[in-house]
Amino acid sequence: MSRPTIRETLVALVGLGCTAIVAACSGAGASRVGATGDAAEKVYVAPGKYDEFYAFFSGGFDGQVGVYGLPSGRLLKHVPVFSQNSENGWGYSEQTKPMLATSYGFVPWDDAHHPQLSQTRGVPDGRWLFINGNNTPRIARLDLTRFETEEILEIPNSAGNHSSPFVTENNEYVVAGTRFSVPVPQRDVSIENYKQDFSGVLSYIRVDSATGHMAIAFQIRLPGFDYDLSHSGKGPSHGWSFFTSYNSEEGNSKLEVSASQNDKDYIAAINWKTAEQCVAQKKAVTEPARYAHNLMGEDGVARTEWGSSVQMLTPKACPGMVYYLPTPKSPHGVDVDPTGEFIVAGGKLATVIPVHSFSKMQKAIADHAFTGEVHGIPVLKYEATMAGEVQNPGLGPLHTEFDGRGNAYTSMFLSSEIVKWSLKDFKVLDRAPTYYSVGHLMIPGGDSRKPWGKYALALNKITKDRYLPTGPELTQSAQLYDISGDRMKLLLDFPTIGEPHYAQALPAAMLRDRQLKMYSLKDNKDPYAVKTEMKTRVERTGKVVHVLMTSVRSHFMPDKIEGIQLGDTVYFHLTNLEQDWDVPHGFAITGANNAELLMMPGQTRTIMWVPQRIGVFPFYCTDFCSALHQEMQGYVRVSPRGSKVELLWNSPTHKSWKVAALQSTTPGHETVARGGR
Amino acid sequence: MRMRAWSRWTIAVASALLLVLYVTPLWRIQLYAPQYPEGLGLRIWVDGITGAKPNDLNSINGLNHYIGMHAIEPGDFPELRLMPWLLAGFIGAGLLVALVGKRGPLYAWLQLILLAGVAGLVDFYRWGYAYGHELDEHAAIKVPGMSYQPPVIGSKQLLNFHASSWPDIGAWVACLVLAVGLAIALFEWRRAHRAAGDAAASLSRPMVGVVV
Repeated sequence: MSRPTIRETLVALVGLGCTAIVAACSGAGASRVGATGDAAEKVYVAPGKYDEFYAFFSGGFDGQVGVYGLPSGRLLKHVPVFSQNSENGWGYSEQTKPMLATSYGFVPWDDAHHPQLSQTRGVPDGRWLFINGNNTPRIARLDLTRFETEEILEIPNSAGNHSSPFVTENNEYVVAGTRFSVPVPQRDVSIENYKQDFSGVLSYIRVDSATGHMAIAFQIRLPGFDYDLSHSGKGPSHGWSFFTSYNSEEGNSKLEVSASQNDKDYIAAINWKTAEQCVAQKKAVTEPARYAHNLMGEDGVARTEWGSSVQMLTPKACPGMVYYLPTPKSPHGVDVDPTGEFIVAGGKLATVIPVHSFSKMQKAIADHAFTGEVHGIPVLKYEATMAGEVQNPGLGPLHTEFDGRGNAYTSMFLSSEIVKWSLKDFKVLDRAPTYYSVGHLMIPGGDSRKPWGKYALALNKITKDRYLPTGPELTQSAQLYDISGDRMKLLLDFPTIGEPHYAQALPAAMLRDRQLKMYSLKDNKDPYAVKTEMKTRVERTGKVVHVLMTSVRSHFMPDKIEGIQLGDTVYFHLTNLEQDWDVPHGFAITGANNAELLMMPGQTRTIMWVPQRIGVFPFYCTDFCSALHQEMQGYVRVSPRGSKVELLWNSPTHKSWKVAALQSTTPGHETVARGGR
Repeated sequence: MRMRAWSRWTIAVASALLLVLYVTPLWRIQLYAPQYPEGLGLRIWVDGITGAKPNDLNSINGLNHYIGMHAIEPGDFPELRLMPWLLAGFIGAGLLVALVGKRGPLYAWLQLILLAGVAGLVDFYRWGYAYGHELDEHAAIKVPGMSYQPPVIGSKQLLNFHASSWPDIGAWVACLVLAVGLAIALFEWRRAHRAAGDAAASLSRPMVGVVV
C-alpha cells in the first residue's frame, strides 16, 4: 500500500509544487521543511495554560465556525452558524429554527467562507464575528461573549455571497458582493441573454454600533461580472471598498476558458460615502425584494422578520461612486495594507502581484486618467494607479496579509508557498512552502490597521499525506509559521474540520475575561421557562401537548408522563435549573426525528416530538452531568388515540402524582444583592 | 478613678470599628474539588449566609442533596436575625464605656464580647454538626460511618471536597477590637494599681481591683 502513496505524492509534487521544490532546495533550506529546532517549544502550551490567540476559522462546506487556539492549534469550539447541529439542537430546537429561515424556505446548511471580526478604528475590537453564507446569500453575526450565532440576515438580489462580509473601519458597514451575476430582479430569461439581463449586486449592510443588529442600507447594481473578494479601505482610504471581479468577458458557460480571455479584469473601487450621499439625495430606487432577517431575541428565542424592499443605486444615477481598476488575470483576493495606501490584488493566473496605490488612484480620478468606460463605469489607466508590481513572486497568487512592519505575505496556490515581500520596494524577501496549495493565509489582525504580526497561518486546500490517512476523505490542513524574524519558520501543522477558507484572530486577552459562564435563570424570559420544580407541568391544547420540564443534577421533573396519545405533537420545553459553570444537561427521546437538545445552565430549549407508536418510551440526559447522570432518565407513555388514560405527570404540585421537590433550593433567587459583595 | 482620655478615645474608636462587621463577612467556608478548581464558598455574615459567588450557595445545596444534607437556607438561622441587634448593643455599650470612663464597665464589656464570640463558635459547631450528621436516609450517596461536618476552624477532606473554614475580615476586626480593649484594660488596671500603691503608701488605704 505504500507504493501508490509515494507515487501519488511524487505526482502531486511534480504537478503542483515545482516551485515549492525549487524553493525548498535553494533558498528556503531543507531545515525549514517540517518543524525543527525550537518549534515544539514555541507551540507548546502546557496543560492548564492558555493560548495566546483566539483564531476563528470559517467552516467552508460545513457552514460553521471553528475556534482554535494559537499557537497550539487546539480546537476550542465548533460554533454552529448556518448548518443544523444535532449535537446541541441548533436549527432543530424551536428557539433556533427561525435562524435558518430564508426566502427559499428553511435552508439548514451553507458554505461559509470569510469570518470578519468587527473593528473599531480599523482594529479588531472583539465584539462580533461576521461570516458569510455563500450558497443561499446570508451574513451571520456571532456574539463573542457567548460564541453563539445571534443574527442571520439574508441578502436579496445576490447569488453566491462570496465577496462578503468585509467590514469598514468602525463597522459602519458590512459589505457583501455577489460572486454570480443573475437577473435582478429574478425572472424567467434565457441564460444566453446574460450580457443584457444579468447584473452583479453589491450590498452595504449597516451595523448598529450598540447592538450589532444588521440592516441592508443600500445595494449597488453593477455589470454582470463575478465579484469575487473584497476588503474595505482604512485610514486615508476609509470610505472606499474594493471588490475584485473576474469574468469581465461576461461568459455564461465554461468559465474556466471563457472568463480567462481578457488580459485584465477589474477591481471595482466603490466610494461608499458618495453612495450614502446619493441615497440621501433620493437617487436610489426602491425595488421590491423579499428577504429574511433572523434575530435571536433577549429571551433566547429567534424570530424572523421579512424585508420587502431595498434601496438600489446604479453607477449612472450616482456618478463618482464606482471606478474600475484594471488588474491582471482574474484577480481573486484584494487586500489593503495597514496604512490604507496599498491595494494588493491576487491575480490567480498572473505572473506578478499588482499593487495599486490609493493616493495615485485619487489623483487619476481627479485627472480623469481613464482609458474608457465599461457599462458606463470609468476605467482608470493601469499605469496611473499602479504603485508597483512584485516580480516573480511564484505561481497563483491569491491573498495577502500584512505584519505591520512594512511586509506583505501572499499565498501562492499553484507553487504552494507563502511569499514574503516588502511594501517599500515590492521585492521578494522570503518564501516558505505550504502543504499543500494554500488558499487564504492569516496573520492575527493581518487585514487591519494594527496587525499582531507574530504568526502567519496557511489554510491549505489539499492535505494528501500530511497526517495518518483516513480513507478517501481527509481533513483540511493548516500550517503555522513564526514570522517574527527575517525568515518565516514553520512551527506547526494541524488538521482542521470543514474546509476553512479565511480566518481571523485576535489576542486571547481581548475575549478571555468577557466570556459568559452561564445564563441567568432569574433573567430567563423564554415563554416556556419554568424556574422551579414547583412550576413544572404538562398542558394539553387539542392535539398539542406542552411539557414544561426542568433538569437539575441528576433528574428531570417531571420524569413520568402519561396520557400522551398517538397523533399528538409534543413539545418538550427543558429548562436547565443549574446555575453552576459548565453543567449543561441534555435531552434525548426515542424516535426523535430531529435531534437531541443541550441546555446550558439557566437556558430553556424546546424540541418537538411526534410519537409514532403506542408504548412507553424513555428519555434521558445526553450530557454526562454528574455521578448519577445515568440515573437521569424518565418515561413517556403513549396511548392510542381517544384513550381514557388521564394526562398525568409527577411533580411537587400535581394533585394525583405528587412528589417531593428534589431541587434543594430555588436557584437564582439567592440573596446576593447586598452592598460590598 | 477615671481612665485616661486617650484610653477612652481608643475604646470609642474600637467600638466604632465594629461597624465594619455589618459590611464584611465574619467567617468563610471554601470548598475545592477536582471538578471545582475555581472553588465554591460560603460567607457567614452578621445577618445571614451567602455564597461567595452569586450561585455558590445554590450549587453547594445542589451537591449536598446527593449526600442527603438539608439545604442551607439563609433564613433558617434565627441567631442571624438577632446578631445585628446584638452587635449594635456592643457598639453602643462600647461608646458608653468610653463616655463613663470607668474600668468596671470596660471589664464587663470585654467579658461580654468574649462570651459572645465563644457562644458564636459553639453555635456554629452545633449547626455544622446538625448539617453534617442529620442526613436523609434516602440519599443517593451513603458512606457508612461518614459524616460531613465542616471544621469550625481548619481544613478537612469530605469525599471529593476539601473543605476549609477560617475567620473572615469581620471576625478579625472583632478580634482586633477585643485585643485593643484588653490592652487598654491591662494598661488602666496597672495604672490604677500603681496609683493605688502610691496612695496606699501615702494614705495607707486599701484598694480592691477587678481582674478580668
